[in-house]
Amino acid sequence: MSEVGTARLRKEDARLLTGQTRWTDNIDATGMLHLAVLRSPMAHARVDRVDVSPALERPGVVAAFSGADLAEGMGSLPCAWPVTEDIVLPDHPPIATSEVRFAGDPVAVVVARDRYAAADALEAVEVEYTPLPPVLDLEEALAEGAPLVHSDKGTNRCYDWPLRTGEDFAEVRRRAEVTLKRRYHQQRLIPNAMEPRAVVVTPTAASDEYTVHSSTQIPHILRVMLAVVTGVPEHKLRVVAPDVGGGFGSKLQVYGEEAITLAVARRLGRPVKWTESRSEGYLATHHGRGMIQDIEIAANRDGTLLGLKADLLVDMGAYLMLVTPGIPILGAFMYPGIYKMGSYELNVTGVFTTRTPTDAYRGAGRPEATYAIERIMDELADELGLDPVELRRRNWIRHEEFPYTTIAGLTYDSGNYEAATDKALALFDYDKLRAEQADRNQRGDTVRLGIGVSTYTEMCGLAPSRVLRDLRYAAGGWEAASVRMLPTGKVEVVTGTSPHGQGHATSWSQIAADVLGVPFDDVQVVHGDTRAAPQGMDTYGSRSLVVGGTAVHHAATKVVDKARKVAAHLLEANEGDLEFTDGVFSVKGSPDARRTIQEIAFETFTSHDLPDGVEPTINAGHLTDPDNFSYPHGTHLCAVEVDTETGQTRIRSYVAVDDVGRVINPLIVEGQVHGGLAQGIAQALYEEAVYDEEGNLVSGTMADYLVPAAPDLPEFVTDRTETPATTNPLGVKGVGEAGTIASTPAVVGAIVDALRPLGVRDLRMPCTPERVWQALKEASA
Amino acid sequence: MTRISVKVDGTVYQDEVEPRLLLIHYLRDRLGLTGTPIGCDTSNCGACTVDLDGASVKSCSVLAVQADGSEVTTVQGLARDGEWTALQHAFHERHALQCGYCTPGMLMAARDLLRDNARPTPDEVRHALEGNLCRCTGYQNIVRAVLDAAETAEQGVAT
Repeated sequence: MSEVGTARLRKEDARLLTGQTRWTDNIDATGMLHLAVLRSPMAHARVDRVDVSPALERPGVVAAFSGADLAEGMGSLPCAWPVTEDIVLPDHPPIATSEVRFAGDPVAVVVARDRYAAADALEAVEVEYTPLPPVLDLEEALAEGAPLVHSDKGTNRCYDWPLRTGEDFAEVRRRAEVTLKRRYHQQRLIPNAMEPRAVVVTPTAASDEYTVHSSTQIPHILRVMLAVVTGVPEHKLRVVAPDVGGGFGSKLQVYGEEAITLAVARRLGRPVKWTESRSEGYLATHHGRGMIQDIEIAANRDGTLLGLKADLLVDMGAYLMLVTPGIPILGAFMYPGIYKMGSYELNVTGVFTTRTPTDAYRGAGRPEATYAIERIMDELADELGLDPVELRRRNWIRHEEFPYTTIAGLTYDSGNYEAATDKALALFDYDKLRAEQADRNQRGDTVRLGIGVSTYTEMCGLAPSRVLRDLRYAAGGWEAASVRMLPTGKVEVVTGTSPHGQGHATSWSQIAADVLGVPFDDVQVVHGDTRAAPQGMDTYGSRSLVVGGTAVHHAATKVVDKARKVAAHLLEANEGDLEFTDGVFSVKGSPDARRTIQEIAFETFTSHDLPDGVEPTINAGHLTDPDNFSYPHGTHLCAVEVDTETGQTRIRSYVAVDDVGRVINPLIVEGQVHGGLAQGIAQALYEEAVYDEEGNLVSGTMADYLVPAAPDLPEFVTDRTETPATTNPLGVKGVGEAGTIASTPAVVGAIVDALRPLGVRDLRMPCTPERVWQALKEASA
Repeated sequence: MTRISVKVDGTVYQDEVEPRLLLIHYLRDRLGLTGTPIGCDTSNCGACTVDLDGASVKSCSVLAVQADGSEVTTVQGLARDGEWTALQHAFHERHALQCGYCTPGMLMAARDLLRDNARPTPDEVRHALEGNLCRCTGYQNIVRAVLDAAETAEQGVAT
C-alpha cells in the first residue's frame, strides 16, 4: 500500500497531547539566569542617558547592561534581502544606543536569578529620552521636509523597485474601453504564534562554545547570522529549534534578543534565558502586511483584460529585518494572478516609519497581491455588468495552455482553474445563493446576503537559487536531506526543514517509507538542530514539502540504488534483472531469489560481502535546488450575511477547493487549509495593529487585538482537485499559505457584494461592525 | 513567603512561595511541570488552562497560594497508566492540533465542558472554547474532536 496519499495520524501528536513537550521556555540549566528587556515607551526619541546601576542593587540581580555596554563586538542585525543596488540600509543595533525608533525598541537588559526578579529590576533602570517626532503616515513620510526615522540617511524612502513588462501601460490605458482605479489598504497584522518567542543560551565557556535553543523557524540561517552579528565563530555555535509553537513567518527572523542573550551568556559564562510576554511580543516581534496599494486595471467591454498597474507603498517599520524589503517583491510577480493580459507595470516603494518592523507573515506578499487583483476583478465585473465568476473565466489561463509564462515572467507549470472553480461552484450551490440574494435585495431585507469569490494562485517552493540571486536575496533556495538505514533495518531521515506545527515528521516518513518499501513506523525524522541536521534552509513560504520533501525523495532513492547494487551482488544477478517492490529485491523470473532492504542494510553494516568499490553502510544525502517555483491554486467562495442595522457580518458558508498538486497526507493538507482560512478571514474581519498619533501601539495586548476564537469562525467546506506539479518528482506544490491568501478577498468581496445595492463600493479591512455601519451611513448620506 | 500544600496530578507538594507567585509559574518553574505552557499575559489565550478542584481555570490568573489545599490536574495528569483519555484520542484522530501549543489548555477546557454537558452541540463546543485561542487549526477539527469524545464518553470511556 502506498503511504503517500494516506491520512496517516501524526507522529508528533503523542508528546503534544500529554504535555511531554520541549518548548524553548521549558529548557532549564543549572545556574541559569533570566534576562528581561527594558523597552522604549515612545515611538521615537533620542536616548540621552541610560543608568543600569540602580537595577544592580535589586534582589536577585546578577548583571545589567545598556545598549552602549553591549555595543562592543556586536554587529548590526542582518537584512539578507537588499532588493535594489541603491537601497537605504540603516544600521540596526540589537539594542538601541543613541536613538529609539519604535515603541518597544530595546534600551537595556537586566539579568537575574529568576524571572520575577528580572522583571522587577527593569523598573530601577534610569533612562532619559528627548522625544523626536514620530513618522507614521506612509505618504507624509515621503514628503519634502518630513521628520526622518534615520536622520543620517536623509530620507524615509528605503527603495523603489519597478517592474514593467509587455506593452506600455499608458498606451494600453488609452486604448482600453474601461479603466478602473482603486486604493486598497493592507492593515498591519500581528502574527500571534501561540508560543511566545524564547531563547536559551547555554555556554561551555572554557571553549567558547554555545548551544542556542530558540523558538525559531530557521535554525540554520540563525546560526550563520548569529555568528556574523555576535562574532562567536560559527563552528562553535549549535542552534536548536525544539518544539516550536507556530511561526507564520514571525519566527523567520534573526531577532535582537537572540543576539543579546548570546552576548550576555558569553560575558557571564552562564546559561541565560529570555522569554517574551505576549504584550512584549506585540511590540517587538515583527508585524506583517502594512501596505497601501494603488491599483489600476484596463479592459475591454467584453471583459478582456488588457493590463494592470500597481503602485505600492510599503511600511518597512523602523528597521529592515531579515527579509523585510523582499516581502513585497514576493508579491510583485503575483498581481496578475491567474489572468492573461498584455501589459503590467508595478512600482514598489519601501518606506521607513517609527513602528515595529514588518517582515514575513503567512503568505508574505502574495496575500497582498491576491487581494488587490481579486478585489479589482470584482469591481470590474460590477462595472461591466458581468458575473464575477464569468469575468474570471474569460481571462484565466486555460488548462490546455500550461505551461504558461505570465506577463510577470513566471512560468506556471500546471493548473486547472476550470476544474477547481466548477467543483467549488457545485459545492457552494452558487445559483441558489444568487437567487436568494436577489430576493433579499428586492425585499429590502435588513440582513443582506453577499457572495465573494477568489480564484487565486500562489508562488510556493522558495526557490531556485539562481532566481534568488537575480532578486538579490543573499541565500540559496536549496534544501538538504539524508536518509540512513540502520543495521536493524530502521530508518533515520534527516531534514534541513524545521517544522513548527506542519507535521513534517509524519509526511517525510510517508515519503521515505514509500521509496524504501519500509513500514511508516520504522522511519524516524530528525530536524531542527544544526548538529543533528547540519545543512538546511529551514521552513517558510510553503517550501518545506516542495523542496525539502523532494530532497528526502531523492536521498531515499539513492539508498535504494545502493541497496540494489548490493542485492545484485548477493543474488548473483544483474542489477537490471532485479525488481524492487515493497522493500524486496527479487530476480525477475525467479521469485525465490530475494532479499529485503532490511537484510541489505544489515549486510552493508557487517560489510562482510560487499561488491568491490561499495562503501560500508547505507546513508545517502541529497541537496535539491529546484528548477522553478510551484503554483498551487484554487477557488474559494464565501457567502456572508450582513446586518445593515448593526454592521455585523456573519459568514454563512465558506467553500474552499484547493489544488495543491499531489497530496502526501490529506489530513495534514486539510488542517493547513483550515488554519490558513482562519488567518485570512481574521484579516478581513477582525485583526489590525492600531497605532495612535504618537506612535504607541494601541492594540498592544490580546485584549485589544482580536485573534478570532472558536465562535468567531464558521465551519468550512474544503475539497480538492489534484493537478500534479511537473517540476518535482512528487508532484507536490505546497499548502501552508493557500487558505490565507485566498480567503481575505473572498470575504471582503462578499461583504461589498452584499452592500453594493446600498451604495457601498469598498470597505477598509478589518470590516468590523463599526466600519461597515459607517460605510452604510456614508453611502446613504 | 507562604506555606502551601497542593496536590498536582496525584502528587502532594509542600512549598514556601511568594504570595504573588502565579500558579502557572509555580507549576512550571517550581514543580517542573512544563506540560502546561504560557501564551499571553492578559488571560486571553487559555493555553495555561488547568483543572482546579473540578473547574477549569487559567493558571495565569490564579495565585499559587490560592491553590493551597486544592487539587490540580494538568495535561500531564490526564493519561492514566499511559492510557489516553477519549479527548486525547479524539484530538489525535481528528488532527485537532498542529503546533500543539494551545492543546493542553484546549484539552482541559473541553474536559470541563463535557463534565457539565455530556452531549454538546457544535455551537456549544465553540462557545465553551471561546477563552482558548488556537492559531493553527481554524478550530474546526478541535470542535469535531470534542464532539467525537462526547460520543465516545457516552459509551463509557473516560474523558
